[in-house]
Amino acid sequence: MSGMPPSLAPAAKPGAKPATRRVAESRDQADRARLDAAMRGFISDFGPEAAVYMEACLHCGQCAEACQFYVETGDPKYTPIWKIEPFKQAYSREMGPFAPFFRAFGLTPKVTLGELEGWQELLYDSCNMCGRCSLVCPAGIDIADLVEKARHGMFEAGLVPGDYLGALAGKEQETGNPFGISREDVRRALLEIGRSHGVEMHVDEPRAAVVPTVSSIDLKMYPASIAATARVLNHVGASWSFRTDGFDADNVSLTAGDRTGQRLVTEAIVDAATRCGAEVLIMPECGHSYTEMRWEAANTVGHALPFRVLHMSEYLAECLDAGRLKLRPVTPDPEGRGVTFHDPCQLSRRSGRSDAPRKVMAALGLDLHELADHGADSWCCGGGGGVALINRARPLRDKAFAIKRRQVADTGAGTVIVSCTGCRQTFEHGFKDAGGETGVGSLLDLVAGQLEEDGKTP
Amino acid sequence: MTLLDFARGPALYWSTLIMVCGLVWRLAGVALLPFRPDRSAAGPQSRGRVRGALGTIVSRSLPRRTFLARTFATVVVGYAMHLGLLIILLGGAPHILLVAQATGLSWPSLPKGVVALASAVTLVTLVFVLVRRCTHPVLRLLSNFDDFLSIVLTLVPVATGILLAEETVLPYRTLLTWHILSVEAMMIWLPFGKLSHVVFVFAGRAVSGAKLGKRGATT
Repeated sequence: MSGMPPSLAPAAKPGAKPATRRVAESRDQADRARLDAAMRGFISDFGPEAAVYMEACLHCGQCAEACQFYVETGDPKYTPIWKIEPFKQAYSREMGPFAPFFRAFGLTPKVTLGELEGWQELLYDSCNMCGRCSLVCPAGIDIADLVEKARHGMFEAGLVPGDYLGALAGKEQETGNPFGISREDVRRALLEIGRSHGVEMHVDEPRAAVVPTVSSIDLKMYPASIAATARVLNHVGASWSFRTDGFDADNVSLTAGDRTGQRLVTEAIVDAATRCGAEVLIMPECGHSYTEMRWEAANTVGHALPFRVLHMSEYLAECLDAGRLKLRPVTPDPEGRGVTFHDPCQLSRRSGRSDAPRKVMAALGLDLHELADHGADSWCCGGGGGVALINRARPLRDKAFAIKRRQVADTGAGTVIVSCTGCRQTFEHGFKDAGGETGVGSLLDLVAGQLEEDGKTP
Repeated sequence: MTLLDFARGPALYWSTLIMVCGLVWRLAGVALLPFRPDRSAAGPQSRGRVRGALGTIVSRSLPRRTFLARTFATVVVGYAMHLGLLIILLGGAPHILLVAQATGLSWPSLPKGVVALASAVTLVTLVFVLVRRCTHPVLRLLSNFDDFLSIVLTLVPVATGILLAEETVLPYRTLLTWHILSVEAMMIWLPFGKLSHVVFVFAGRAVSGAKLGKRGATT
């Protein structure tokens, strides 16, 4: 039998080019060795949880209806559980409890490297690991988690998209950040941002109770958000410092499937925050970096973290509760269109903190018009999970973004507030590509502009 | 030994043994994999792993409103088929009698008309499920041999059961023999294929429910 009709299998698409192999030396590897490496990468941290997921699929297809890539294109190959099909087959055939039975009766076909090459688009370009499919699955399968494991396998086989994501993740493993910026350059850049935005900057202080991390994308594209971080921390009177020995929170390696790079980034941040006695580590407005540090870092380093990990919006909400963050309400826009909010999947759906940004927005007095699907039900913007970093995926990303664009338009809001750098980029590109005029704003930037400081405008 | 004797005797014994041992083997095969402890701190709105697991086992049976518009057909068919099977199994007088003979436990049966209606609905939904697997683009892509075999192995006992209950012109003993044998075929396949979802669907819910429950996220 075959689980994939040739007319629908991605590898068999007419004119489809084989995927680029990222690592040059991989060309010398025999296909068999690379295939083995892929499967080893996939099952390397396979525990009872992942194995239960592999056994539980009903093939009911409901996950397709929760995925923006399927819903907007109608192409069944974007069905979330189908994205891990080769790995599912390999599991049944090589590792599952009935593997000898499956092999003996030929119930599961052998996976080929060509198939995996064909699957690159499904595992990278068209999956945000947003977990919306995990929420609809009647068997509770965390497909996002399985895609992450499948990406480990793809990385080991040298099958990470080469154009952008692969290059960034490679640099991250070599230098600790995706743009290959040296510590001294980071220090200079942070101090320069402080100077140019007129805000006191703390860098590499030996002791600090609060350590904010930075998205390198912010450093390049949204330096005002880094200034906003400093402004807010100064306002609340925290003892704080950026640490150039562990500043980069992007963890592109995580989304690429590079476990070594992922561990290096995580360990650098944990070490830096531990060295300066941090009580709180603030993750920037960046989705996957937050879930990695909040839920996986302790497992990566092998012990409970000596500090708390908070997303920037959680930190802001805590400061509001403690009365340390005082905000002036925003001036209502003259047209009275109000704003809407896009939930970052990793904070809302995957971590249960939809409340934190809403508490901050309420304190700002924003006229919030919720999207039809919000909170845990929110649709991903289409850029998460590293998809925003893959240039060739832009047309597909724009298609997937259409659902978000429609829901934003339905609210009538003039501005979308976001709390994640990746989402921010995707919204800006998505609106630009569609020729829309809806504004996009960062929640942190908004807060930094509304600080109540002795009646002065900061 | 007649075929009916075989069906009621050794075939029943061996199919039960294969089903139970197969399920235990499959469960052990996943449960005995190395377990990695989770050292992350629980979320501020954590419900804990146990409550998360138990809650999700129940809550995932109920469709989530946001998905319902797109998953309506699957949900309705799923409910109809599973409720129908439940009514046939627990409400049909011959099945209760069988349980009473084996264990001594007994309960009142449902009126024959109700069971007949449930059987008809189940049969129709199973045929619908089969047709839909062949025609819906997503289901056609996902489906494999196991999917079709599992549906057929569920459909045949329901069909033979209806013929039995309706006392058709077909010989009773022959029908009974094939009804029992078809159930046993289903029992033998259960641990190997997708029918094992009678166990794994709840295991999957418990696993992800525990993880997300600890975080305090929606499960």
